[in-house]
Formats: sequence, C-alpha cells, structure tokens
Amino acid sequence: MGDVVFTKKGEKVMSKHSKEQATISRRNLLKASAALATAPLFFTKGAYAKDFINNPGKSPTVTLGFNVPQTGAYADEGADELRAFKLAVKHLNGEGDGGLMNTMKPMNLTGNGILGKKVVYVTGDTQTKSDAARASAKRMIEKDGVIMFSGGSSSGVAIAVQSLAQEAGVIFMAGLTHSNDTTGKDKRRYGFRHFFNAKMTGSALGPVLKEEMGVNRNAYHLTSDYTWGWTQEASIKETTEDLGWKTTATVRTPVGAGDFSQFITPILNSGADTLILNHYGKDMINSLTQSVQFGLRDKVVNGKQFEIIVPLYSRLMAQGAGKNLQGILGTTNWDWQLQDAGSKAFVKSFGTEYGFPPSMAAHTCYVQTLLYANACENAATFYPPEVIKQLEGFKFDGMGNGKTEYRAEDHQCFKDVLVVRGKQNPSSQFDLLDIVKEVPRAQVEYDASIFGGHLGPYKV
Amino acid sequence: MDAILIQLLNGLDKGAAYALIALGLTLVFGTLGIVNFAHGALFMLGAFCAVSFQQLLTISVKVVDPSITFFTAYKTQPYLEIWFGDVGLMMIDYAVPLSILMAIPVMLIIGLMIERGLIRHFYKRSHAEQILVTFGLAIVIQEVIRHFFGANPMPTPAPDIVSSSAQVGAWLGLSENLVYPWWRLIYLAFSALVIVSVFAFLQLTTFGMIVRAGMFDRQMVGFLGINVQRKFTIVFAIATVVAGLAGVMYAPILPPDYHMGMDFLVLSFVVVVVGGMGSLGGAVAAGFLLGIVQSFASMTVVNELIPGIDQVIIYLVAVIILLTRPRGLMGRQGVMED
Amino acid sequence: MHIKQKRSDLLVMSLFTIIVLSMPVWLDPVGANYPDLLQKFVIFGIFAIGYNILFGLTGYLSFGHAIFLGVGSYAAVWSFKLLSMNAVPAVIFATLLAGVVAALVGYVSLRRSGIYFSILTLAFAQMFYNLAYSVLTPITNGETGLQLSLDDPRVIDRLVSSAGEGLPVPELFGISMSGYSGFYFCAVMLIMAFFLSLKIFNSPFGLKLKAIKSNQHRMKYTGYNTRPYLLSAFIISGMFAGLAGGLMAVTDPLAGAERMQWTASGEVVLMTILGGIGTLYGPLLGVGIIKYLENIFSAINEASLQSFFSFMPHWLNEMMVMLVSPFVGEGWQLTLGLMFMLIVIFLPGGITEGFQKIKTKLTTNQKIQQGDE
Repeated sequence: MGDVVFTKKGEKVMSKHSKEQATISRRNLLKASAALATAPLFFTKGAYAKDFINNPGKSPTVTLGFNVPQTGAYADEGADELRAFKLAVKHLNGEGDGGLMNTMKPMNLTGNGILGKKVVYVTGDTQTKSDAARASAKRMIEKDGVIMFSGGSSSGVAIAVQSLAQEAGVIFMAGLTHSNDTTGKDKRRYGFRHFFNAKMTGSALGPVLKEEMGVNRNAYHLTSDYTWGWTQEASIKETTEDLGWKTTATVRTPVGAGDFSQFITPILNSGADTLILNHYGKDMINSLTQSVQFGLRDKVVNGKQFEIIVPLYSRLMAQGAGKNLQGILGTTNWDWQLQDAGSKAFVKSFGTEYGFPPSMAAHTCYVQTLLYANACENAATFYPPEVIKQLEGFKFDGMGNGKTEYRAEDHQCFKDVLVVRGKQNPSSQFDLLDIVKEVPRAQVEYDASIFGGHLGPYKV
Repeated sequence: MDAILIQLLNGLDKGAAYALIALGLTLVFGTLGIVNFAHGALFMLGAFCAVSFQQLLTISVKVVDPSITFFTAYKTQPYLEIWFGDVGLMMIDYAVPLSILMAIPVMLIIGLMIERGLIRHFYKRSHAEQILVTFGLAIVIQEVIRHFFGANPMPTPAPDIVSSSAQVGAWLGLSENLVYPWWRLIYLAFSALVIVSVFAFLQLTTFGMIVRAGMFDRQMVGFLGINVQRKFTIVFAIATVVAGLAGVMYAPILPPDYHMGMDFLVLSFVVVVVGGMGSLGGAVAAGFLLGIVQSFASMTVVNELIPGIDQVIIYLVAVIILLTRPRGLMGRQGVMED
Repeated sequence: MHIKQKRSDLLVMSLFTIIVLSMPVWLDPVGANYPDLLQKFVIFGIFAIGYNILFGLTGYLSFGHAIFLGVGSYAAVWSFKLLSMNAVPAVIFATLLAGVVAALVGYVSLRRSGIYFSILTLAFAQMFYNLAYSVLTPITNGETGLQLSLDDPRVIDRLVSSAGEGLPVPELFGISMSGYSGFYFCAVMLIMAFFLSLKIFNSPFGLKLKAIKSNQHRMKYTGYNTRPYLLSAFIISGMFAGLAGGLMAVTDPLAGAERMQWTASGEVVLMTILGGIGTLYGPLLGVGIIKYLENIFSAINEASLQSFFSFMPHWLNEMMVMLVSPFVGEGWQLTLGLMFMLIVIFLPGGITEGFQKIKTKLTTNQKIQQGDE
C-alpha cells in the first residue's frame, strides 16, 4: 500500500520538476538566439569613419580608464597614481579647488566635464606585468567603453599597452615610464608620454657630475638586465664618456635578485671610483643598501672619494632606502617642493585632499589626464585622430617643470629636468630630496630621429 | 687571488643565509611530511617583526613643520630619546638585534596557531592539497601585511657600529681591498649558531629522539604511549621560529617588503630538494654549495665565458644534482617520493 | 556497451559545444561578456584541460607547464613576423614547438617522481623564465615582450600583397582574429581539445595513466615500463599548453616573458585543483573562477561599490563599502587566497566535489523520505 502512495507522490514531484526545467531552458534558448542574432553588430562597430570606437555619442558621461599597478612591487606608486586620477576627474567635473586648472596655460577647460560630458572612470590592475596590463586595458576598452586610458609604473607595461592602444584606436596617456624605447623605437601614434626618459636623465646629470666629481673618473655600472636598464646604461655611459670618464665595467644583474652581494664584491678590487646603479624600485633599494654596507661610500680610490650615483629615483624610493640615499645624486621628473605656481597649486590641492604630498608618479598622471581633456576641448570632438593632432606639438605652461612641449615627432614631452640629491637633514618625513638644479629644457632636448621607430597611422 | 677569496667568502655568506632559510622548511618536511609553501611568508613575517619592533621603539613626538599648511609634515623625536637620552637612542640603534626578543614569542605563537588551526588537518592529505592550502595561507599573510605596511620596502638598518665593513684582508695580511660587511659576518655566525642548536636539539635531547623516531614510524611511537601529535606541534612551532629569526636578521640586508617571502620560496625549495628531502645536513650542505656556485658564476670572467650563466646557474646545478643523485645530496629513500 | 559509451560521448560533446558557444549569452548578466575575457576563458580552458591530462591522470605535479605556454606564444608571434598573419601556421608551429620542448623537459624531469619531479620542473620554469626575460632578449624581446613591427619580413603575405600602413592583425583567411571572431576560433579549438581529452580519459592509454597514479610500483611489477606512458602524457599536455599559448598570441599578438614564470604554472595548478582534479570539466570551472576574479573583481573600486549598494540607507551603504572593499579592487588576491584555503579545507575534490555532495545529499534526502514512509 505505502509503496503505491509513494510512487504516485514521486511521479508528481518528478513531472513538476521536469516541467520547470523545460520552461527555463526554452526561455534561455529564446534569449540565446536573440543575443546571437545581435552578435554580428559587434563586428561592424568601428567600421564607420566618424563613428569611432567607444564614441560617447549622446551619452551624458564620458569614461576614462585608469590602469595602475594595484598589486606587486609598485602598488604604492599605483595607489598614488589612482589618487591623482581621482583628483583630476574631480577637477574636470568642476568639484574641488580646480588644482592645476587654475595655472595651466593655454587652457580651454571649463570645469564642466569634457565637452560638456561628466567624466566618470573605471580602474584596473596592471600587476606590473605586460599580459595582465593588456588584459585589464582590453577590459576597459571592450567592456567599459573607455575613450582614453592612462597609468602604469614600468616601461615594459607602457610599451605593451601602447601598442594595444594603437591596435584598438584608443589613446593611451602613459604614466611612469622612463625607457628611451617608449617614445623611441616603440613609439606609437596613440601613445603619449609626459614623463622624461633615460636620455634626458643623462643630459641633465652630465654637467652636474662634471662639476661635482671632475672629468677623470672610472665608472662601474650595475644594470638591471632588461630593456629599461640597458637604455639607461647606454645613455649614462654616453654622457659620462663625453665628460672624459672611463667605464671600468658594465655588469648586468638579474631583476629581483634580492641579494646583490656577489655583484658588489668585484667592485672593491676593480679600481673603479664611481658606482652607477641602473636599478629601479626594490632592486635599487636593495643594491644601494648593500653597497653602502660594503663600505663603498667610505672608500678612497686613486685619491678620490668613492661615489655612488642612482640616475633615476623618486621620493617613494628614497623612503625605502632610508639613510643610505642621503647625499646621492640622481634625477627626478618632479618634486612637491618645487616653488612654481603650478607645482604649488597641485601640492595644495592634493595635500588638502589626501593629507600628504603627491609623488612624481601622481603628478605625471594628473597632468596627462588634464592634457587629454584639454586636447578634446581644443579639437571639439572625442574623435581620436583629431585629439592626437591637438596634442602633437602642444605647448603649455603652468603645470610644473616650466614651459613644456609635446613633440609631434615622437610624442615625448620636453620640459625642465630636476637633478636631486638625497637630503642629509630632512626637516620632515616628506622632505627627502634636495633639488640641486633645475636643468633647463634646452639642455635635455635631442633629435627625435636618433632612436628610430614609426608612429603609425592616425586612423586605425 | 683576492677576487677568488672574497667570492668564496661571499659564497659562504650567501650559503649560510640559504641554509638558515631552508632549515625550517626541511624540518617540517622531514618530520611532519608537510610541503609548506607558506614558509617564505613566515620568513617575511620575521622580517616584519623587526620592522614593527623598530616602529614601536621609535614612537615619537611629532614636531610639526609650520611652513607647510595643506597637510601635516613633521619631524619626529622618539619618546625613548626624550625619556632616556642617549640610552634611548642606543636602544633604537639596536632595534634589529633586540627585536629577536620579540620575534621568538610572536613567531612561536603564530606557529602554534597555524599548526593547531590548519596544518594538523593536512597530515593525511596529498602534497598537492598541502601546497594549495599553504600557498593560499601565504597569499593571505602577504595581503594582510601589505594592508598595514604598504608595498614599499621598509628601511631597517643594522646597529651603527656594525653597519660598515670589517677589514678582513688586513687581519689576514692580505689586500686591504678585501673587506666584508660586519652585519653579514654576524649573519654567518648567527646562522651557524641556530643550525647547530637545532641539530643538537634533535640529536641530543629525548624530545629530539622521539621526534626522529616519529619521522620513521609515527604509528609505532604512538603505540608506545607517546603523544606524537603534541611533539609535532612543537616541531612546527620551532620551524616557524627559525624562519622568523632568519627573517629578522636578514632585514638590514634586504629592506623588508610584503613580497620578500615569495622571492625566497622557490630558492629555499631548491635548496631543500638538492640537499635531500627532510635531511637537515643536506639542506646545510646544499645551501653552501648553491651559495658558492652562485657567487662564482656572477664573476665577470665567468659571465664573459658563458653569457647569462649567473641567471640560471642555481637551477642548472639543481637539475644536474637531482639527475645524478636521485634523492639529492643526503636524502633518504622513500621520503616524499609518491 | 560500446554503443552506449559512444552515445553518451556524443551527448556530452553536444552539450559542451552548446555551453561554450553560448558563453557570450550566459556570461552577460555577470559582466563577463567582452571578447578579451571570453578569449581568456577558453584559452586557459585548453591549458587546464591539457594540464589535467598529466596531473589529473598520473598525479605528477608539474610547475613547468607555463614554459610551454610561453614557447607556444613566442613561436606563434615569430610565425606572424616571418611567415604570415594567418592563424593556422601560427597555431601549428606553437603546438609543435611546445611539443618538442615538452619532450626535452619531460625526458629529464620524468627520471624522478614525487616532489623531486615537481622541483625539477620548477627549476626548469625559472631557468626558461630568466632566459626569456634577459639572456635571450634578441629572440624574446625581454621585458617588453615580443611584438609585431612594420618591417617584419612576413614572406608568405608579401607574395600576395604589399605591406599596409599600420600593423597588421592576425587573421584566419580574411577574418580578423581580434574580438568575438577570435573568441569563436578559440572556442572551436577548445571543443576539439575537450573531445581529445574525453577520448584520452576513456582510452586504454588513459586507463594506464590512472594506474600509474594509483600504484606505479604495481604497474611496474606487471611488466609495464611506465616511463613512455608518462612521457607521452607530458608531451600531450605540453602541446595543449603550446596550443593555448599560440592562441593567446593569435588573439593578441604579443608574447611576454612573465607568461613563463613559475607563478603562471602555479596558476594552472590552482585552477585544476580548485575545479576538481582528474574530472573532465572541473579544471574549466577553476579557470572560470580565477580569471573572473582577476579581471572583474580587481576592477571594482569604492565608487562602483557605493553605487552597487546605493539602494541601502546611507549608514548601511558606508558600512557595506567598508566591509567589502578590502576584498575587491587591490584586495582581489586576498579573496583568491582565502578562497583557496576554504575550498581545499572543506572541499578537497574541488568545486565538482561540492556539486557531487549536494547531489548525493539531495538523493539521500529522498531516500530518507522514502524510508520514513
């Protein structure tokens, strides 16, 4: 008896269940076929000449993408870049104190978004890896519909996403990238760099080195074994050999070696009296700390005080290196202690917002965002080829670093470069760099053709 | 000659560091049969013990710089200096060696917690699962540290008196170019001390004897009425402390950041495997071998002969040793082969 | 019996085909419907399926499979640079070259077993990565990654047409391989790879691999020489990885060295275990979850969280944002780590085991009901 009851019950349940399934799958199927039918529309996107990719069209907002390292060794720099971007968006939308919009000249920005559209933004994590950075940039372009993207903290990433920008037809305003290749052999029509490069570092550093260390020195290079390290080594070597210095040796070190002692011990016996560290970030902090422990800075060779030079460093890195960086010469793109009106306005605006001064990475990212927005206003359209033409050869002032020009031939900004020294007696926790010299722009300019490369077409 | 001598010294120094970092790993392998991918993270936690102890000692009065108005820029004056004057400053100067006092209990507690809370449940699981769960743990530890300390390295200097170099060459009547940092020599001695103590502990005490017996046949030891479980908990805690101490003492050489553990993880595994799984003597021998080989491979002369050799030498040596000696330098048969 | 097997294979395959091809539809609601992520899903799916043939069937834990992914990518980009922008030769070269390298690495590594094997592959992975990152820069272009350039020879393409003004894109007989068409091309490859893996799982060869996993010694005693089987499995899985690497280059013609780092190999291990080792579709689930986390979770910022919780009263909104924000955006790796731990602790068989558990729970509940009545 009981069995029978159960079977009936069971059947009932079963049939109800299968019915439900059937309706669900039918509905899904309908949805699926509808979506498949619309799929071909994606292919035709970008086919029209004037209707370009991610055209904001009639939308009341325009989306920018900020692609920064949020994890990995440069996460702190990435976080600072992101702060700068958010600040720039605020200012573009007419909120806050306006920051550099008060000092930038010439400027067409009104504080009413870009071309009357409110600016919104999306963020992504580059992980300081080319693959991850490109994946993140593609997400911004394909899913979030960004009209421009920016950020990054390494040359490898900048070059990788810059070529993506060219393929996709979306403008990339590079963040922190110092390799000559970014605007040299790997330059792209859709990529722009406000930051300075290794070549300019060399030109700026040369005269100061001559003045402080003379013309008769033997330099020993330790170089990160990848493209940025090599371009910097080449540029510095060229400069110092022009001064009359000899190059004792150039030694390549693996990236992320951690312990550099096996590369430092040979220096002791080499007869060199100057060590040039072509390292960046963590590698620089480690190799410098360890060099100092090996007593290099106390050494006297051939009657000369042994010197260490770190051609590129930032305030964040100075923080990590602590006392070891005090008194060491290098260059930097920008520092918050600059006294021109633009720098002061930016420090005030950033400092009030976040409670500490901006880093050079933050500065370059903020300026890039404003420059792009202004170029759109000048072009009166978001259409990338027109915006690019506005940026190429654009001359401006009042954003720190004096009179600046975006050179049309290679999309490199030319501006004053700072030669700095690690400060001996800091007056506060942020006061880590002494500005030795603001090297005028004319001194760091070079011929755009020396590095080769092609910008590529305007229309893609 | 000088060049070779200093490279040899450098190799010994590197080797001591490798051996010390790998020691705890191989201890856990050999006794508990656990593949611990969080070992690097424990090393990093040790280094951050030094960082946080230093921050503790330098808790300061902030003297605000009035010339800056948009944010608070200040100069610091540590309370220790205000209260104790020069004695206080000396305490701050000795922050790293003093932080060992803090690191031992802290790492011990962390080790006990990890073993009780997590590792205990994984003794009978497959190595793959052990790897995954400890890798997950490593990521979590890393991210927590990043949350509090940021991603930038933290300068943790050695005491002033040992922050420069010793005139090793002058002592031996050789070239005065032959110098070596005091702190690295201290590290060498320190790791020798720790390694010898761990050996002595396992070889000379009853506790060590039981642990070694447990390594061979846990069930049998259990039958004898001994609580092997508790002994294993303690072994894991000891390994954690050793990893932590290696980290504390390494902080002046490598300013700690949240990712430093991952950077050492692969290396310490290679050391352990080359030495032979679970063999303490093997790990020490492999550490020195790899350190010396790496040091010599980085010499310019060698690099001109075989370009790029310094980048791969460690792994190349590891491959060659594993192929010629199936269980590494001193491995026992049957350990971790399934 | 045989016919029944065939029929169920057919059913599985057609279901799988439908699911894969309709991904743009059912992934739309969760914000994952855009070409790049879809491509990544299927490409890493191929990678994980291949990895599962080695790890899932034989239990040999390799940390070196990213080598073959990288080799495949470099081979494909070189094929674009030297021969033609057509995807077919690129994919073929990628698979073959990866197979050759896998044969070399496998031949050496498989002389050892257990953790020794794992560390050998790890050592190879680090070696290849270091070489690609710096020493072999003329071939790999180091940190920047190997890219196309305007003055590449592209001999086959040149026979047909002259060089255009901009950089060319990979294509399949005229169809561009970026965007959705690239996804469908990779999806077809995934379906083929899945079919192959299904066949291997059910074949005598697959059975022997499983026997190696359960007891290699007994296998040897019965007179089997296990190494050729292991090596074949290693090479096959290496070729799957090479195919995946080649497809990565097809959809995005750039090959970076970090693709070969041991952490990249670690990622595929995690994907496989997360989904369920040794099951056919488990690794694919793992791929989906990890790639989704990496791409979507990492992009959530406070502003987007605020708008997500905007339906709540202000104070609750603030609290939710505060609670959730450590786990998204820059904290996505924390979520990843926690998830690994939880899954391994509670579901050692991966997510597929979770499904199984739910299923048996449902059926036993029914049985209990049955018993009551």
